[in-house]
Amino acid sequence: MTATTAPPRRGPASHARADRGRRRSPVTWFRGGGLSNLVFLLPLILIFGVFSWFPIVRAVIMSFQETNLVSDPTFVGLDNFRQVLADPLLWKAVKNTLYFAFLALLFGYPIPLVAAVLMREVRRARGLYSALAYLPVVVPPVVAVLLWKFFYNGSPTGVFNTILGWVGLGPYPWLQDASTAMPSLVLAATWAGAGGTIIIYLAALTSVPPELYDASEVDGAGLWRKIWHVTLPALRGVLFITLILQVIGTAQVFLEPYLFTGGGPNNATLTILLLIYRYAFQNSLGGDYGAATALSIMLAAVLAVFSVLYFRLTRSWSTS
Amino acid sequence: MKSTRQAIALTLAGALAISTLAACSSGGSGSDDESSGSDGDGKVTLKVVSLLPGSEQEAIDAFNAQVEEFEAANPDIDIVPEEYEWKATTFAPQLAGGTLPDVFEIPFTDAKTLVENGQLADLDEQFRTLPYADKFNPAIIEAGTGADGHVYAIPAKNVYGVGLHYNRALFESAGLDPDQPPATWDEVREAAKKIADANPGVAGYMQMSQNNTGGWQLTVNTFARGGRTQEVAEDGKATSTLTNDGTKEALEWLKAMRWEDNSLGSNFLLDWGTMNQAFAAGQVAMYTSGSDVFTSLVQTNAVDQSTYGLAALPLEGDDAGVLTGGTLAAMPANVDESKKEAAIKWIDFFYLAKLVDEKRAVADAETLVANDQPVGTPVLPMFSEEQYLQNQEWIADFINVPLDQMTSYTDTMFDLPLVGEPSQKTQEIYALLDPVVQAVLTDENADVDALLEQANTEAQALLDQG
Repeated sequence: MTATTAPPRRGPASHARADRGRRRSPVTWFRGGGLSNLVFLLPLILIFGVFSWFPIVRAVIMSFQETNLVSDPTFVGLDNFRQVLADPLLWKAVKNTLYFAFLALLFGYPIPLVAAVLMREVRRARGLYSALAYLPVVVPPVVAVLLWKFFYNGSPTGVFNTILGWVGLGPYPWLQDASTAMPSLVLAATWAGAGGTIIIYLAALTSVPPELYDASEVDGAGLWRKIWHVTLPALRGVLFITLILQVIGTAQVFLEPYLFTGGGPNNATLTILLLIYRYAFQNSLGGDYGAATALSIMLAAVLAVFSVLYFRLTRSWSTS
Repeated sequence: MKSTRQAIALTLAGALAISTLAACSSGGSGSDDESSGSDGDGKVTLKVVSLLPGSEQEAIDAFNAQVEEFEAANPDIDIVPEEYEWKATTFAPQLAGGTLPDVFEIPFTDAKTLVENGQLADLDEQFRTLPYADKFNPAIIEAGTGADGHVYAIPAKNVYGVGLHYNRALFESAGLDPDQPPATWDEVREAAKKIADANPGVAGYMQMSQNNTGGWQLTVNTFARGGRTQEVAEDGKATSTLTNDGTKEALEWLKAMRWEDNSLGSNFLLDWGTMNQAFAAGQVAMYTSGSDVFTSLVQTNAVDQSTYGLAALPLEGDDAGVLTGGTLAAMPANVDESKKEAAIKWIDFFYLAKLVDEKRAVADAETLVANDQPVGTPVLPMFSEEQYLQNQEWIADFINVPLDQMTSYTDTMFDLPLVGEPSQKTQEIYALLDPVVQAVLTDENADVDALLEQANTEAQALLDQG
């Protein structure tokens, strides 16, 4: 299949050559419906232009300016970038974000996979399990955080501390201690996000031909060997894609630290996005929007690398 | 065939594009209408600050009753109440985005810079029409006056001094006399420990630490121990003095309570709103905040009034003082004259006339009492002490707040050595101090001296930026 339908790879240069060979005159372009194509695209271009591209361009310009959105902006060259890079809080935020990403992989990567594999094995009420797994995704994030705050209450009467109290443990200051605050956030974030990943894995698992399992059973493989030799290889592509999506997602974590701890205690849960927010909004008299956009652009550049990787990989897998 | 299809496509897409554009432009012209301030009937629509988000229904009813009364007297003005809470993190974007009410409230510390930036409307002409315009305490009117001598922000809501708020029921539970609140910081510490020991899970004392309130309350504690966090020279050049003894003492005191006494409970990330919540829920026995906070404790948190107590802030050391601040009413720079005219009538009616006019004072108190809202919460006088006492006499029959539970504060309120908030880069330096307070509360090994040293360096860098 691949051999017959996949077009041979061509670089941009060869494309250009091919186009030049059959360049069309404006008349043939018009006759061929070119204008109506363009007009059909116009609303979309307008909407994208106004709501997506214009803000992006504006942000890039702003990152070279000093402005409080009231007085006239002045161009300051690379000052904003220098200021942001010299801020000791930036490195703290980068470290915290990487720590969050690491913990999110540790908790959030295997749990949905195990859940999906187990759910595939169950024969009855599979729908019920998928619904239960997906439920947290449906809960509005702010509601979920308020709920978890209740669980994490550091007093002996908090939900988790009460339960641990029954076996003589605790009370633990979940969100109130620099060492436990971040893992607590990740746990809540994993709970909220796992459902979506489980659905992706379940979908991927349905594409594994059952004959492979039958064949491996005939060969005498147990559950673990089946998972290792049949399930995981079949999921390889999806696993990699969810990995990259998770890296991109966790680099932009904002909601949990903002709502749970506000970046505290003592900046232990300050993430890059929260730092951007602080630059822009912490000062009631007009924030440092220049520094905020400069940092945003640096973050975007890093994430763009991952996005390119993601695009490449999804494209190469979709044709295989 | 092809051309017909193309024609249809063109018409369709063209219509779509035009409607998109039209939608954009009609949105624009709509907002133009709003800023011109009048609708079809020649009425002026004025959006005003109503109450804190999440207020009790009785408070909303009381507010609506006042709006009706105002609209009946001013048929050409349409009041649109909007819930509002001043927050450092949301104010600037709201102002820049034009989403604030026409009449909004700002703290004393912000007015000067907002005027300099040209973000506030000049209300001088309208302000001068008030019969009591020249009777304000000059220090207070100064807060909202620009370099040109014009009044931009009007002292409207409250002027407060910070007090010590306490829960009488929790005092009793620990065998303490609620009529004898602690008068020194050592007594606060002792009482906090007794209360925490008698009520596991309850904070005997707690201090705010988030959204710039950590810095705000640390400054309160510094002043109360005779320290100052900033010195401004004659030429306007400010020096950060965060490493002063008062601030150090305040942090060491807090640290001892947390790690030696374990009397601060289990939540160390509170701000103004969540602190009020925790106090009203009986999770915090003592905290420091503006003397006027009782009103919002009733309106937003349904506090049990019989358990509420207000004491004077303990003052120790030479030059100890009570931090004072307040709220001004202002308008965005782009409002037109008709809105300003309407606004001054509203500010007069809702905020000020009730302080100086017997008829208005009684009418206002009547409405509030009818809706079970607090009347008589102690604030500092905006005009003069005599005028304040006169006002208290007018509304004496309506006062429904438990003033006898606030005597420790009210007995001394006119003699308090008041100190204004640090004047330069106030909110930014408060923000720098949040993590310092949090570190002391959550890290047993926090080094107070090193933390303050670093915060001081960063604060000085901010001040040097000018």
